[in-house]
Amino acid sequence: MSTETLSPSTEPSRWSKILNSNLGYSFRRNPVAMVSMIIFLLIAGAAILSPLIAPYDPYDPAQIDIMNSEYPPVWIDGALPQFVFGTDDQGRDLWSTILYGTRLSLLIGVCAVALQAFLGISIGLIAGYIGGRLDNLLMRMADIQLSFSTLMVAIIFLAVTQAMFGSEMFNRYAVFFLIAVIGVAEWPQYARTVRATVLAEKKKEYVDSARVLGFGPGRIMVRHILPNSLSPIFVISTVQVANAIISEASLSFLGLGMPPSQPSLGSLISSGFDYIFSGSWWITVIPGVVLVVLVLVINLLGDWMRDVLNPKLYKG
Amino acid sequence: MFAYLVKRVFQAIAVMFVISLIAFAIQGNLGDPLRELVGQSVSEEVRQQLRDELGLNDSFMVQYLRFAGNALQGDLGTSYFFKEPALDVILKKLPATLELVLGATVIIIGLSVPLGVFTAIKPDAFLSRIIMGLSIIGISVPVFLTAILMIFVFSVEYGWFPSFGRGDVVQVWGYWETNFATFDGWMHIILPSIALASIMLPLFVRLIRAEMMEVLQSEYVKYAVAKGIKPRRIYFVHALKNTLLPVITVGGVQIGTMVAYTILTETVFQWPGMGFMFLEAVNRVDTPLIVAYLIVVGFIFVVTNTIVDLIYGLVNPTVNLARMGA
Amino acid sequence: MSLLSVRDLTVKFAMRDETVTALNGISFDVAKGERLGIVGESGAGKSITGFSLMNLISRPGYVDRGEILLDGEDVVKMSDKRLRELRGDKMSMIFQDPMVTLNPVLTIGQQMVETLLAHRKLSREEARQISIVKLREVYIPSPEERLDQYPHELSGGMRQRIIIAIALLLDPQLIIADEPTTALDVTIQADIMELLLELCQSNKVGLILITHDLGVVSQMTERTLVMYAGRIIEAGRTREIINDPQHPYTQGLINALPQQTLPGHKLRQIPGNMPSLTNIPPGCPFNPRCEFATDLCRTHIPEIARYGDVEVACHEVARLQAGGDRQEQSA
Repeated sequence: MSTETLSPSTEPSRWSKILNSNLGYSFRRNPVAMVSMIIFLLIAGAAILSPLIAPYDPYDPAQIDIMNSEYPPVWIDGALPQFVFGTDDQGRDLWSTILYGTRLSLLIGVCAVALQAFLGISIGLIAGYIGGRLDNLLMRMADIQLSFSTLMVAIIFLAVTQAMFGSEMFNRYAVFFLIAVIGVAEWPQYARTVRATVLAEKKKEYVDSARVLGFGPGRIMVRHILPNSLSPIFVISTVQVANAIISEASLSFLGLGMPPSQPSLGSLISSGFDYIFSGSWWITVIPGVVLVVLVLVINLLGDWMRDVLNPKLYKG
Repeated sequence: MFAYLVKRVFQAIAVMFVISLIAFAIQGNLGDPLRELVGQSVSEEVRQQLRDELGLNDSFMVQYLRFAGNALQGDLGTSYFFKEPALDVILKKLPATLELVLGATVIIIGLSVPLGVFTAIKPDAFLSRIIMGLSIIGISVPVFLTAILMIFVFSVEYGWFPSFGRGDVVQVWGYWETNFATFDGWMHIILPSIALASIMLPLFVRLIRAEMMEVLQSEYVKYAVAKGIKPRRIYFVHALKNTLLPVITVGGVQIGTMVAYTILTETVFQWPGMGFMFLEAVNRVDTPLIVAYLIVVGFIFVVTNTIVDLIYGLVNPTVNLARMGA
Repeated sequence: MSLLSVRDLTVKFAMRDETVTALNGISFDVAKGERLGIVGESGAGKSITGFSLMNLISRPGYVDRGEILLDGEDVVKMSDKRLRELRGDKMSMIFQDPMVTLNPVLTIGQQMVETLLAHRKLSREEARQISIVKLREVYIPSPEERLDQYPHELSGGMRQRIIIAIALLLDPQLIIADEPTTALDVTIQADIMELLLELCQSNKVGLILITHDLGVVSQMTERTLVMYAGRIIEAGRTREIINDPQHPYTQGLINALPQQTLPGHKLRQIPGNMPSLTNIPPGCPFNPRCEFATDLCRTHIPEIARYGDVEVACHEVARLQAGGDRQEQSA
């Protein structure tokens, strides 16, 4: 059978080809992808616009009254009408706090993945293009890095950092620590995939002709080889954003991430956990649902994209 | 085989060396052992003298070698908080964590193989779609949130399961106390085990399904069909064995993640294991305990990874163990 | 009655946007013990023909119409259970690439014994003994040891011999060999073909040999089908097709053989490529590459028709056979 492939061979694609009609066509025909995209855009939009939408500013102590703490959401008896989702243990409006928290979670997730992608793609391109000993060394490093779990590395790094600098200092720069540690720990995902594409593309004629035409390696890599890695990079990135948001939430839950004064979804869930036993479930459950829905729609979009683009991902 | 073993052991030692360097660096920079010993009301002169006595003024190399030598003899320092050897503190907590991991592993292996195989064989079946739908929800819920929600539903709302601790344990041997000897122990370990398994299980179901579907497309499976072999034998002998090879590799990589998840699970359920202890140690800046935890976890990680590699070599006939050692 | 009788077999592939016809109404027969060659370029539908005879076409492919009668039983309509009984027993198959055909995690012995046990009530030991006998027949040295080896421990030629032994394991009536030597070194290709021929002759087994190599066909087979773009375009006795090809495509194939070219002259190639199955031109599928193509060829598909001992699907041949001057009159 192998001699008779029915599908026409694919030609080297360019930037534009990624967003070709195929992707759009399949998107319009896939209700799950469409609903996921709509929900994602709603959550992301609300998060970005949180300072405009949110009725209260959870960072402004003047707007917080401890006397308002632990009011339930409006559909439960004993609620105050101005707090739609109720209030948390410190008397903050939960709806506003969730909006700000989602913004923080998304910001950390996206920035961490941008950092991963930047490191991973650069290292992957260099390793694949130069090859030889450097390639060997970088890929061995990638193996070791991958075999230590990201979360484990992050927990230890953040725990030690926190113990070293004290929590006050740590809390001030928590956003940067989180982005840095999640960003640095996951670069091998990108590097291995990009390197594999580079190795496959390097052999092809158009790369040779670009070289003959006198283009430098930088231009060849960015203009000619990178576009061919785009579909796996897209697919990896969606999954990685979902994972980064989960990692951030987990770290914040352990008290190694965002402090309760600037809560992300994870720290919000964490601070509500103690009140679950006293019946104030909403402080944990509502941000928990938002977190799960956010991660779920990103994962669903990633699944759909992987089915459509069908890239060769590096396994193992 | 022997050469391969030697090579793997050598690699393991190299990784342990790096971990010990990191642990040592943390020990040197985190907290001040003098303050823990004598407090702050001691003159600079006495401090210097103490530093000399404790060897804190020796060169880095000398200090590291002393650290490594002690570590090899099982001396990882004394916990500031428990006033006990750090290794003992950890070894007392180890069985709780191991039993939790065991419970989760049984759930993961017991369910992921049948579910993964089923969804691969019958990708269009209604049940497969439900399993795949649940699996994507499963990987989208963080472990700690699963744990919290389970406590909320099954402990707070319904009161079916206890929400924290290990319950009645029975001493088996040495520090090892087991949950599996009493009904109360079983009740206590069920929720934490499910929580710990909750992300890994769907991950493995999806992985096994993907690998199995790929194997089912292979020439050798088609050839087996052409030989008139029964489907059951094709699925479970021809395909499954080839499917599990990459799954074993991924399983090895996931061991580190599993350890991280124990920290989360133990925190939510206040499970008296190593992970819970580690977070407490971090909050107390109990440096010797933090360092000891690092080394013990690193050791467990290296040993299990080496074992997974060896199992892979034994299961996969195309890996020539003798040649790989060369 | 012939052993195998294929009538109007049409196989289609349901792709995402369209349905592609991979085999278009092919018919042929194989007599007991007869050796048939199927030749054509890759993509002509040879392999699909081979697989559909075993009902091994899997999604998105399906048999659209036609029947495949094996001793009067229709393989297309057969139950899964009956198919399983036939496969490997009455008819067996030799796959293209021995490097990927055998299961890498099972020993040679396991893969031979399971085949016997799937079809016969035997003990493991009996099955093992039969396997050893069959391995001897294909000249595998020290067969007892080979049984406990894994495929990766053996060379490609050795593996293909084992696959031939497995094909013969249950004394089938028909063996379908799909390019059995293309994946092997040139030096052992001839050995394997010779072995296959010898075994088919001595065991009186029917053989369908799928290949792109006319030279092999001429040595191995009694009758030949030439396929192009999912159709049979010429069929007949191998000797006649080689010596006196009728269809312009077959002529082109034979002229392109190196033996047909004088030293120092260029190899004669058929201009152009075979159309992809998604894009078959109207009329005779060969017309864009054919030097004799007329308007009729560009609009009407030629039916296959018998002229003496050969069957040919070509308007030009039909015209010549009917008397060359007719077209001039109508023109």
